[in-house]
Amino acid sequence: MIKTILVFAESRDGVLRRVALEALGAARRLAGKDGAVHAVLACSGGAAEEAATLTARGADVVHIADDPSLRAYAPEAYVAALGAAMAAVRPDAFLLGHTAAGRELAPRVAAAYGAGHIADVTAIDVSHDGGDVGFIRPLYAGKAFERRSFVPGHPWVITVRPNNLPAAEPIDAAERTGTVTALPFTVPPLYTAVRGLVRRTGGQLDLAEADVVVSGGRGVRSAAGFEPLHALAASLGGAVGASRGACDAGYCDYALQIGQTGKVVTPQLYIACGISGAIQHLAGMSQSRVIVAINKDPDAPIFGVADYGIIGDLFEVVPLLTAELQRVRS
Amino acid sequence: MLKIVVLLKQTFDTEEKIVVTPEGVDERDAKFVINPYDEYALEEAIRQRELLGGQVIAVSCGPERSQEALRTALAIGADEAIRLESDGLPDDSYAVAAALAAVIEPLAPDLLFAGLFAVDSGAGSVALQVAERLHLPHASSAVKVTIVSAGELASLPAAEALNAPAGLSAERYAVVERDVEGDTETVSIPLPALITAQQGLNEPRYPSLPGIMKAKRKPLRTITARELFGSGAAADENMANRTVRTQLLPPPPRAAGKILPGTPAEQAASLISLLQTEAKLL
Repeated sequence: MIKTILVFAESRDGVLRRVALEALGAARRLAGKDGAVHAVLACSGGAAEEAATLTARGADVVHIADDPSLRAYAPEAYVAALGAAMAAVRPDAFLLGHTAAGRELAPRVAAAYGAGHIADVTAIDVSHDGGDVGFIRPLYAGKAFERRSFVPGHPWVITVRPNNLPAAEPIDAAERTGTVTALPFTVPPLYTAVRGLVRRTGGQLDLAEADVVVSGGRGVRSAAGFEPLHALAASLGGAVGASRGACDAGYCDYALQIGQTGKVVTPQLYIACGISGAIQHLAGMSQSRVIVAINKDPDAPIFGVADYGIIGDLFEVVPLLTAELQRVRS
Repeated sequence: MLKIVVLLKQTFDTEEKIVVTPEGVDERDAKFVINPYDEYALEEAIRQRELLGGQVIAVSCGPERSQEALRTALAIGADEAIRLESDGLPDDSYAVAAALAAVIEPLAPDLLFAGLFAVDSGAGSVALQVAERLHLPHASSAVKVTIVSAGELASLPAAEALNAPAGLSAERYAVVERDVEGDTETVSIPLPALITAQQGLNEPRYPSLPGIMKAKRKPLRTITARELFGSGAAADENMANRTVRTQLLPPPPRAAGKILPGTPAEQAASLISLLQTEAKLL
């Protein structure tokens, strides 16, 4: 049985990421009533609000690593802070989000602490007696899945994919007795000099975390062709993605690419516009909860995975969807 | 002169269907390729060698069929290749990283390149575990790489000095633009270091005919984990896995969808209505 679990409560721009709460929820379920859940926050200049959120939602102890070296993102500073938490808590399992930071910090912590690493977990499958814990994760970007378990005798490191596990909810305050403590750590020699950060997403949600993704393919025909998609995404509070075809054609940045190469997304709603549905694209989105396809070609393979299909011109249909949405809401 | 090691994995072509059988994923008639992210890593290694001189060594952990991927890497421009035999090694990132680190350490590379992740397992864990074992810093998800001398680094415009790295005195540095969930961050790290390649880092070249001919004479050797670690308890510990696959599953099937009839306006109206009533969204 795993008794003590540590969670990396990752924040972005000073705000706790939802995936941190999803990892916390998973930790709380794995630890059960008797286990202890610890969370570690890395910040520069205080994180009292985040710590309160974490204790209210199931963290027994919140460790705050607060140091100027954690202001810009130098991975080695974060590895040192997380390592200090590992040493202080000596957890049976360490959970992180499978985010840009989590996916590079987790392997380092695993290698440093002799731990196994199971990455990009989308579901947790516990046997009836609780003795066998399996982690479900996609292979080939979702063309297959595996159930993977840890070999006993070593700590576990797990990264969980955003948007897949239920987030920790606030627990009745009367039952909560979370404590918050400072986590001292030795800042290592910093190798990484952060020389600049250019926001290219215009504050857009990370695709992997978005509830709604509106995605364009070759059918969008140009960079300007993405405008109606941005409008629809904005009215849905979602993010815009693209197929490899659209990226290769130069209509948009590779950062938006969804597929087996590119990002894998699992939103509540995925709207594919002018995307034929090459197998490598389907791998990146077919686990979305509801899929809508808009395409002129009735034989496009995307219709094979769509819950709702519209055979038609995206330049006609997409603005109508945006308008209809606004009409229904007003 | 740079000594550059590129970590490669041979994977299913991304256009392949994956068929799950009781014996595992059906590999019969499957087309295998160099993992697309590793192609960017290999191309970058060759470009850096062309700019600065040196040597590119391609290293892959895989079964015998992955010789083909290494031969392709040699044809594209790698100078040497090493295959770590995966038979006898568990399917586990910890064990594979331990063995790869043992292969790479004596090569003492100035630069280690790898893909951001492999499109089969999708974990992206091995290269970073290798870096940790070899005490190398890293910059992941690179979309642009420039190798500079210490002097050149000092003369770079000190764009936002977001942190103050220690007074390091490396001979060379990598200036890396990296994709961070869609934003671009520029970092510099001292060599030796690991850099993982994101899509769009470069335009990978194809092997040329003379390249293919030359590749036949380039050295390609195979190492087994036993040769690396020997036998006995310490060796077994080095090769021990931390995780194990307990089941291989096909993806859950999706029910057939509805095609919405009517004019575009009718289609739009019925879609919004279905999303609200049937899918319980919006």
